[in-house]
Amino acid sequence: MPEVLSAPLIVEFPFTRSTGPVLGAFLTGLRERVVLGIRGSDGRVLCPPAEYDPVTAAELTELVVLPDTGTVTTWAWNPRPRPFQPLDTPFGWALVRLDGADTALLHALDAPAPDSGDPCAVRTGLRVRVRWAAERSGAITDIACFESLPAEEQTS
Amino acid sequence: MTAAAKPSPLSGERDVAVVAFAQSTHQRSTDQLSEVELVLPVLQDVLKQTGLTTDRIGFTCSGSSDYLAGRAFSFTMALDGVGAWPPISESHVEMDGAWALYEAWVKLRTGQADTALVYSYGKSSPGSVRDVLTRQLDPYTLAPLWPDSVALAALQTQALIDAGITDEPALAATAVRSRRAALGNPHAQLRGSADAEALLREPYEVRPLRRHDCPPVSDGAAAVILAVGDAARALHPRPAWIRGIDHRIEAHQPGVRDLTESPSTWLAAIHAGAFDAPPDTAELHAPFTGQEVVLRRALELNDAVAVNPSGGPLAANPVMAAGLIRIGEAAARIHRGESRRALAHATSGPCLQQNLVAVLEGEQQ
Amino acid sequence: MTSAADLLAAVAADAPALAGVEPVTRVTLPARLAYTYTPGAAQSRFLTGLADKRLLAERCPVCTRVYIPPRGVCPTCGRATTEQLELPHVGTVTTFCIVNIAARGLNIEVPYCYAYVLLDGAHVGLHARIGGIPHDQVHVGQRVEAVWDDANLGPSLAGISHFRPTGDPDADPDTYRSWM
Repeated sequence: MPEVLSAPLIVEFPFTRSTGPVLGAFLTGLRERVVLGIRGSDGRVLCPPAEYDPVTAAELTELVVLPDTGTVTTWAWNPRPRPFQPLDTPFGWALVRLDGADTALLHALDAPAPDSGDPCAVRTGLRVRVRWAAERSGAITDIACFESLPAEEQTS
Repeated sequence: MTAAAKPSPLSGERDVAVVAFAQSTHQRSTDQLSEVELVLPVLQDVLKQTGLTTDRIGFTCSGSSDYLAGRAFSFTMALDGVGAWPPISESHVEMDGAWALYEAWVKLRTGQADTALVYSYGKSSPGSVRDVLTRQLDPYTLAPLWPDSVALAALQTQALIDAGITDEPALAATAVRSRRAALGNPHAQLRGSADAEALLREPYEVRPLRRHDCPPVSDGAAAVILAVGDAARALHPRPAWIRGIDHRIEAHQPGVRDLTESPSTWLAAIHAGAFDAPPDTAELHAPFTGQEVVLRRALELNDAVAVNPSGGPLAANPVMAAGLIRIGEAAARIHRGESRRALAHATSGPCLQQNLVAVLEGEQQ
Repeated sequence: MTSAADLLAAVAADAPALAGVEPVTRVTLPARLAYTYTPGAAQSRFLTGLADKRLLAERCPVCTRVYIPPRGVCPTCGRATTEQLELPHVGTVTTFCIVNIAARGLNIEVPYCYAYVLLDGAHVGLHARIGGIPHDQVHVGQRVEAVWDDANLGPSLAGISHFRPTGDPDADPDTYRSWM
């Protein structure tokens, strides 16, 4: 049986992608610290915006300005962050429905661990707000993560 | 939910059956084997079962993902295991082998071949599969955040818990049942399980998921031979007839979907005729415990159905082969007379985005 | 066709921060994946042999073709190539080209000559650089031998610096025509 050889193999993708009008507008918004949604065929607001309605496939063009606050619709707690994830201390993953939107956006949530007794801890229904990255370039990472609104702004 | 009128049952002239199935013994790592060295014995097994040689196979189709290897076009070298000379009619899908089987089924149904060889393999060991799978996500809004496969499954599972559909003890019970069932499967990787109480004392991996809620990381391969009508009857005394097979896909963004339901599984099941009669067995491609809950509901499976008697992906999860193995395991039970009517399911994409359902039966029409 | 600027202009009244800004049209999203590559049994044997200046091959039990580098399987027959053998370091050029562009990251002087060398006893050409001769003298049928890079021996084809002409008369075309 020959010696089992091994060698490191690093694969890097430095792709630059064109964004098109809808994602381009959305990312422009993020760069300028504005969250944009888009109106779907049935009038519901999608955030993140979609180029085509997920049900009717109609081309969507009506952007909607949204506040930077929202509600957690589901979550997970990540005790051991992995490479390239948004934070390097334990954090929550969350689907956040921005106020005024009817769909949710996935991102990291920097908040106390669930069941810590803290009113601002990660949970479904938590009220949250965008924490903007200090340096923004027009990417989803212009949102550094979400963070809890203060305790007095949390619903029970 | 509503669906379009159900299409008429598939006509009997070109009924397709699974006449052979083989899989490797799945392991955490196979450093001593290249991909083709891993695949070859499995291919040889199904050919030997049927007495066929590759020159007598009408069509060959494989499913795999180069991202597991980190080498573009690496799947072409696995083809050496088939012996593609003189040149063969062949195709590949960068997907689970269940979809390679679907493509082969289409070839057979449309009369372009009478027999097909379908194989799939995945060596997850070279990379970190949890992170590799982030590369299948929307490149603008999801992939740059690197939400790994466990994190995404955790989001889905928490939604199920919030909705009161399941809880951590029920999920642990699924893990226990699956891995204890795998004691009867010599190919499975995780065979046997501690009690649920012990499992629930372990720390979270990504809450609400603990390690037991997640599939093992596996290297493995599988192959199936399909045949039509009399060719199938000549190759196996009890072919596993594919009465129906269909696959559907949902929107990609998790935030657009209701993660507690699987309308694509339900729709695929309708079109495959899954609800025409109750199955006795269902092999479900649910790598995470919570996903089995979603699929049971979508397929309307009650406790009378044996779910994942093979142990399922919780016992062995060679990515890219795990779905094909569900079809193979269901077929093997029919071959052995242990099942009369079985469902087999395969999934692709984050949080059960895309789903395939096949209905297999033992009796001839 | 509607542009990002058009879409943004329609909502600038609701978000003054967006008025007149240069829209994003591209985004650079680097990604990096780390793997550990293991060549498997047949290729490990081959690579280990190179460290000892040995050229190892395998033969198919059905068609008897000899493959180098070996991969454990015969691509013609789909059978395990279990028979191990060692090949001499000489062979015949079956095709070649002159490369004028160095691939990014490839440390090589251009132009260079790249060829398939059918080692004596093999049925598949080994790709290799031809050196030690002006490029316009390289030709099909030329007899060549391996030149090892003694300072760089290891489990890698980099241990072979290049192949150089042996000076022998050209090979009889019948010995390589079928394998071109």
